[in-house]
Amino acid sequence: MRAGILRSPSPLPGFGLSFGIMMTVLSIVVLLPIGALLGRGLMIGPADLWDMVNSRRIWSALTLSFRAALIASLFNLVFGLLLAWVLVRYRFWGRRFVDAAVDLPFALPTAVAGIALTALYAPNGVFGQALAPFGLQVAYTEVGIWVALVFIGLPFVVRTVQPVIEELEPDLEEVSATLGARRTHTLRRVILPTLTPALLTGFALALARSVGEYGSVIFIAGNIPNLTEIAPLLIVIRLEEYNYDAAAAIGIAMLVVSFAMLLAINAIQVWSRRRIGNV
Amino acid sequence: MSDIALTRPVPVTTEPPLARYLLIGLAAVFVALFLFAPLVTVFVEALRQGWVGVIDALRLPDAQAAIRMTLTIAAIAVPLNATFGIAAAWAITKFDFRGKAFLITLIDLPFSVSPVVAGLMLVLLFGANSTLGGWLIANDMPIVFAFPGILLATLFVTFPFVAREIIPVMIEQGRTEEEAALTLGASGWRTFFTVTLPNIRWALLYGVLLCNARAMGEFGAVAVVSGKIRGETATMPTMVEMFYNEYLSVAAFTLAAVLAMLALLTLLLKSLLEWRHAELLAATRRH
Repeated sequence: MRAGILRSPSPLPGFGLSFGIMMTVLSIVVLLPIGALLGRGLMIGPADLWDMVNSRRIWSALTLSFRAALIASLFNLVFGLLLAWVLVRYRFWGRRFVDAAVDLPFALPTAVAGIALTALYAPNGVFGQALAPFGLQVAYTEVGIWVALVFIGLPFVVRTVQPVIEELEPDLEEVSATLGARRTHTLRRVILPTLTPALLTGFALALARSVGEYGSVIFIAGNIPNLTEIAPLLIVIRLEEYNYDAAAAIGIAMLVVSFAMLLAINAIQVWSRRRIGNV
Repeated sequence: MSDIALTRPVPVTTEPPLARYLLIGLAAVFVALFLFAPLVTVFVEALRQGWVGVIDALRLPDAQAAIRMTLTIAAIAVPLNATFGIAAAWAITKFDFRGKAFLITLIDLPFSVSPVVAGLMLVLLFGANSTLGGWLIANDMPIVFAFPGILLATLFVTFPFVAREIIPVMIEQGRTEEEAALTLGASGWRTFFTVTLPNIRWALLYGVLLCNARAMGEFGAVAVVSGKIRGETATMPTMVEMFYNEYLSVAAFTLAAVLAMLALLTLLLKSLLEWRHAELLAATRRH
């Protein structure tokens, strides 16, 4: 086994054991289940798969999941950058506390976030009552889905951008200033381009997570077919009807969407790295 | 006297004070509205009927069964995940083999799959209508709507957590220390326990912490696979949903508050690790 797989010899022992454990667990937990979904898709056949996905309700759900994830991730791109910048560059009372709190959405179970946001934004909730005089309703509308996805995606942007801001060389900003650039000009032309790859990565991670998000969304969304019904919920509904083929069809569509997104954003990242490398 | 003393130096590598205060203020408002408000709401709603309501909710047999189920799942899933993470990190960082980059992508894959789709995959693989599932059920080993299914779903969603925390640390440390231990006559296991493990212990603990938080809190994948049978396969997060849908608001928020306290404990321990042992965590975790 060792000689067959290893590219160069290593004096360390334990390759067979560690490689064996890794491949066994990977196969049972990840590869077999993914194979089951793709295999089901092959058995149904592309034509029938398309027929099953091609209904108004499913298109609404898929576009809603994608659109809401896009809007929430764009929002997080701006506020995530703001938070990362403030946390790294400024010293203020409670900074460490805020820094630790940024990871709350990672640690708090999504169902808990979901019912808490619903209680806040429901018509009789604190925020719901405050927004009502302005004619704004958040809970049980698409805006509610955006709010839930902003909560879920925030740490992805902050935690990807933060280390890059920490590593920024002050020399660059000093040079820019001595060459006569105003601070806003330096921020826009020197700092922002350096942060672009990290921002895009954080955006991509938040987007990928938000598209498939379920727990935090279903409570606040209202789940009205064609309006506020997200794609993962539709899978759950089909499964509860024991309609496994239809559930598999939506699942495959979601897999395709998330892989296409990751590929596209990887390409943007490669492009932006190359661009910065040439400057 | 002198004109120079009157003009204060203008800092060129930071923003003017007014802009700074504005940005800090904006960030504070954002954090208060989007992060703190939901957290506070959990506790306020749980205490709506005072402590009596909380204690009554915790006495419900369904709530207690859900707490037991969640603790059992985490107690099994987290050590399994840690074992896998260590094995994967050892194989990936100490040896050079074909297809390594692809393998790392596969380990990260569960992050980009919707939890509901993960649950769906397990239902398709082990459900009653699949060949394998039918056979398992005939032999009295049901996986879907039973404990093993919840465990597999939890393992799927927490899969990359430990591995991706310790792999960067082990890459940074290289293999020279282990090679030295072996030349000095230590056995493989002794090398691992006395050289490698102390080097990665904080990163490992960090990964275990994140893995545990997700294992206890997973909702989507578990909801699909478990069938949410009260007292049998309901976990804390799925029980929160069931209480909530039955308008048992205090019970739902009480269980939610227990989970929120676990989340706060996780954040506290995580921050302590980042402040005390920053140099022994992966580079991206040092802030």
